[in-house]
This record gives sequence, C-alpha cells and structure tokens, in this order.
Amino acid sequence: MSTPTSADTQGPLWEVFVQEEGGAAHVHAGSVHAPDREMALQNARDVYARRGRVASLWVVESDSIAATAPADRASFFESAFDKIYRHPQFYKVPRGIRGL
Amino acid sequence: MADDERTKDLAEYCLRLGDDRLVLGHRLSEWCGHAPVLEEELALGNLALDLLDQSAVFLKLAGCLEGCGRSADELAFFRAVSAFRNLLLVEQPNGDFASTIARQYLFDVFDLHLATSLETSTDRDLASCAARAAREAAYHVRHSRQWALRLGDGTEESHRRMQTAIDDLWTFTGELFESDPLVERLVEARVVHDPQALRAPWHDAVRATLAEAGLREPSEPTLRSGGRRGMHGECLDRMLSEMQSVARAFPGASW
Repeated sequence: MSTPTSADTQGPLWEVFVQEEGGAAHVHAGSVHAPDREMALQNARDVYARRGRVASLWVVESDSIAATAPADRASFFESAFDKIYRHPQFYKVPRGIRGL
Repeated sequence: MADDERTKDLAEYCLRLGDDRLVLGHRLSEWCGHAPVLEEELALGNLALDLLDQSAVFLKLAGCLEGCGRSADELAFFRAVSAFRNLLLVEQPNGDFASTIARQYLFDVFDLHLATSLETSTDRDLASCAARAAREAAYHVRHSRQWALRLGDGTEESHRRMQTAIDDLWTFTGELFESDPLVERLVEARVVHDPQALRAPWHDAVRATLAEAGLREPSEPTLRSGGRRGMHGECLDRMLSEMQSVARAFPGASW
C-alpha cells in the first residue's frame, strides 16, 4: 500500500484474503510478492493456505487499495462515536444467527 | 499369475513409486533457506512435504506387501544406493532454480498422468494412494508449469538457463515410460496401465508448455535409464549419505 523506500526486487505486493469453509467472509490474511495474478494466487496458497480449511482465496494488488491516512481518523470516524442511535443494538437478534 | 508372485511384483512397484517421491522430495528440501524469494521457499517446502508424505505411504505399502516387516523408515534410511528404484530424473542435483523447475515440471506432468491412471487400478490400496497423489500432482504441475513459462519467456538470462536445463534433463525422460517384465505382468493383471500409453499425453502437455514459453524441444537424444534396476549416478550416493546419516548414527531413535 505504500511505495517501498528501498528497492524492492521481488515484484509487486499483493494483499491476500482468505475465506474459511462455511460461507464466512473473506478476511485479510497478509501479503505476498508476485509478478502477476496467477503467481500471486499460488504464493497466497502456499503461504496462507498450508494449514486449516480454506474454501477460497482472493488476491488484489496492494496498489489498487485506497486507504485512509492516520490523519483522516478524526474527520472520517470520530463523529460516529457519539451517535448511539446509529448502532443496531436496540434490536433483538434471534439466537443462532451468526455473521450478521 | 500366482498371487504371491503378484504381491512380490506389487511390492517392488510400490517401492519404485515411493523412491521417486522420497528422492525428489529430499532434493527439494535441499532448497530450504536458499530459495530465491520467501514465497518460493514455502512453495518448495510444501512440495517437498507432499512428496515425502506420499513416499511414506507407498513405502509403507511396499513394506507390508514384501512381508519382511520392514517399515517405511527402514526402507528409506537403511537401504544401500543400489537398492533404490527411483527414476534417474528425480535424483539429478538441484542446480540453479531453472534446473530445479525443469526437473519438477517434467516429473509433475508424468506424475499427474501416472497417478490418475493408477486410480483405476484393480488393487484397492494402490488406487487409493494414487488418488491422493493425483490430487496433489494437479497443483504441483500448475506451479511448476507457471514457473517454466515465466523463466522461458522471461529475461534473456532466465530463458538461457531454462533452455539449458531442459536440454540437460531431456535425456532422462525416456525412462519415465519404460517397461520391463515386472510392469508387463502388472499390466496384464490390470494393476497398472501400460506406461507407453502415458507418453503421448505427457509429450503433448510438455510440448505445449515449451512452445508457450518460447523454448526449443530438444532433439531426440540417447535416452538414459537404469534407475529401476538400481543403477544410479554418483549424485544419488552423495545425497543418500547425507539423508541417511542421522538415522544410521542413532538407529531406532525417536523424537
């Protein structure tokens, strides 16, 4: 997500998202270096899917991700802190419902 | 064919399958700490572990069929080099990365077709071990093929190294499809398929990859063989003396 300061000779960086079995969301697992999409998928498989039960992998080139800067924190997020009516905790969630 | 003769043949055949995987798996493990990038370090390690795991299964099966009570460990660590039955291709030293990838790709394509064909073996144990090997080989071939394409179609230097590796290793590819009386007996009993039948699909796949990678297919050279009869290169002797040293220094040790 940032431009490396020292020369990075290992090709572009890719962010890896792993979905575990059972229909869960894809969760960010880490990153790998790879010259292209196919190799990025293979590297992600070899680094992040060696253990555990994985159903699916996504890779996306780190440069393609737009991210907030630390300085954006106040203007982006803090105004939500004191608006409790925006939170859905006033509803009863039926038991057994997960991943809502 | 008498049952005990077939059992003896099958034991020897499983030894061949197990030794191919043991030797290639060990070769790949020699890359530990030396791979070009971290991601490939883990990929080669995964490959090595897949193959060693498969070899343990086939060697265990070989030991059971042989009926002399030898475990997979005893077969792996307490046989002399002349008792090894692996293909010459898999014992070739790692060389540079291109050479390792070329060796791997040529073997992986063969392994995928062989293991897939063995899934329909009339021997249930062999068929179930082969099914697992085929599943893993499908990924192995994907990995080594992608590297072969990138090295062949990469920089001038990677192309040169990949072409040299293919040229050097081509001489060991004839042995993959060789038959002998033992294989012929097993073919007749429908335990294994005729290895000659694997040659065309192997050749088609390899030829397509070489073309896509901009690599030249070597002209038919003198093909070398002898691995199945225990006639190995000095390189295997050196590899085994390291691989077997700990088990021989501390026989029966556990950890």
